[in-house]
Amino acid sequence: MTELVAAPAHRQRMSRARPLLALAKAETRLFLRDPVTTLLGILLPAAVLAGLGAVPALREPAEVFGGLRFTEYFAPSLLAISIAVLGVQNLPTGLATYREKGILRRMSATPVSPFAVLVVQLLLNLVTVALGTVLMVAVAVGVFGVTAPRHPLGFALAFLCGTGAVFAIGLLIAAVAPRAKVATGIGTVVFMVTQFFAGVYLPKFLLPDVIVRIGDFVPPGIGAFQGAWTGDGADPVQLAVMALIAVVATGTAARFFRWE
Amino acid sequence: MPVIEVHELHKRYRDHVAVHDVSFAVEQGEIFGILGPNGAGKTTTVECIEGLRSPDGGSISVLGLHPLRDRVELRRVLGIQLQASELPEKMRVGEAVELFASFYPDPADAGELIERWGLGPKRKTAFAALSGGQKQRLSIVLALVGNPRVAILDELTTGLDPQARRDTWAAIEQIRDSGVTVVLVTHFMEEAERLCDRIAVIDAGHVVALDTPAGLVASLPGAQRLRFRPSAPFDDAVLTALPEVSSVRRTGRTVEVTGSGELLHVVTTELARHQVVAIDLRLDQATLDDAFVALTGHAAEI
Repeated sequence: MTELVAAPAHRQRMSRARPLLALAKAETRLFLRDPVTTLLGILLPAAVLAGLGAVPALREPAEVFGGLRFTEYFAPSLLAISIAVLGVQNLPTGLATYREKGILRRMSATPVSPFAVLVVQLLLNLVTVALGTVLMVAVAVGVFGVTAPRHPLGFALAFLCGTGAVFAIGLLIAAVAPRAKVATGIGTVVFMVTQFFAGVYLPKFLLPDVIVRIGDFVPPGIGAFQGAWTGDGADPVQLAVMALIAVVATGTAARFFRWE
Repeated sequence: MPVIEVHELHKRYRDHVAVHDVSFAVEQGEIFGILGPNGAGKTTTVECIEGLRSPDGGSISVLGLHPLRDRVELRRVLGIQLQASELPEKMRVGEAVELFASFYPDPADAGELIERWGLGPKRKTAFAALSGGQKQRLSIVLALVGNPRVAILDELTTGLDPQARRDTWAAIEQIRDSGVTVVLVTHFMEEAERLCDRIAVIDAGHVVALDTPAGLVASLPGAQRLRFRPSAPFDDAVLTALPEVSSVRRTGRTVEVTGSGELLHVVTTELARHQVVAIDLRLDQATLDDAFVALTGHAAEI
């Protein structure tokens, strides 16, 4: 009976890439139909910076900011917004909803594995974060004259490790939350924690030293972004901690993740 | 060679055994029904066949493939309709069908399938805006879009209104006529009786009967039931002596006789010999419902 089900080789080859592309297309379409998250993730950091940048006093260099202007000082913190909106809110809520509605299970009843859905969702959210980050840096540098990141490689690494850590935590939330609502709840709390420690709610100069110190190691690790953008480079210890969090959280998520 | 062979399937969950010992074979081109009360192990059985669950014992072969080892190959030839599964709210009918079509090496024409199942006008409608019947039809379309050789449909018509249910039945016959073997899980007697070529009745994790719908009914000891008022008194023994009669009961003045074969003929002849006329005589044929109750000890429709 096996010969009846074996498809010609070219067809099998085609059928491996085609479903993934179709899935990516379909998910992108759905992603764009929910413009709030997308816009929030992409535009909010740049918009906040633009709002602050419109205040003349905040464009003057000041002692408290280590001789930097406030916009320059604050810009790295704002990067945490896109990373966390998509990483710990959109990603886990999306995956948990798919699981709750039996969509992942429906996928596992087709030749395509539900793992493909997870990968596509992950990539979509990552691409959105990357867009948000690029836009934010572009606005900062292009409109408000903030210096371009001084250590581009360190900046890229900070982005990679920091985003990796936040997304891994997002996966972990999706893995342990029994229902989509719970995922959203946990995601919101985690989001606020990341924003607080990144200095989004209160700029770092208003925070006690110890909080700032801890914040350097809370994903996405804005300390490393700051170091690479306006300082002397990303702190390798911070980068290593983010990478470690990314690996451990992903591993734990993989262990506990349920497809149904 | 059977299309599906299930041999001594056993599956337990943490605290209870869902399937004790289930064996059956589904033949090419038939509509095979799996009938049983809720919680009998029907869905667990088909989920093992589909490779969505791993059995704790027994063996399953579908078109010669192993559900778990040959996962991908099996899914290319198996159309699956799950009992409760949704799609993303904002995904549109046409998009869903085309997406699923892309998963298969030799899919059916998405547009044609959508039309055939009456979803043409809903092609651009988001999943969340569909009615229950439309969602159900969409899930059938998704099960068929890969041009499967076997389709497994679980509680297909649950939640449909009577007209939609009838339409769905006609459509399932169409699927079979196009050469697809159909496995139908249901707890609706009428559906099983109307559609299935053969039925496995599952109760508490066991196959308690496997036959055609007519065969299941005929196997009942009291497949036929006569009711009448006798014109004159007579002794029950007159009738119980007949080989066709299995029981005689009296309720008030009404006599109820159950049995099989030429029951009507032998009973009236025998009564006539004793100068008794059967007044208000009625003959009831047993239905699959009765067979089901006799086999499982439960009432059917839940």
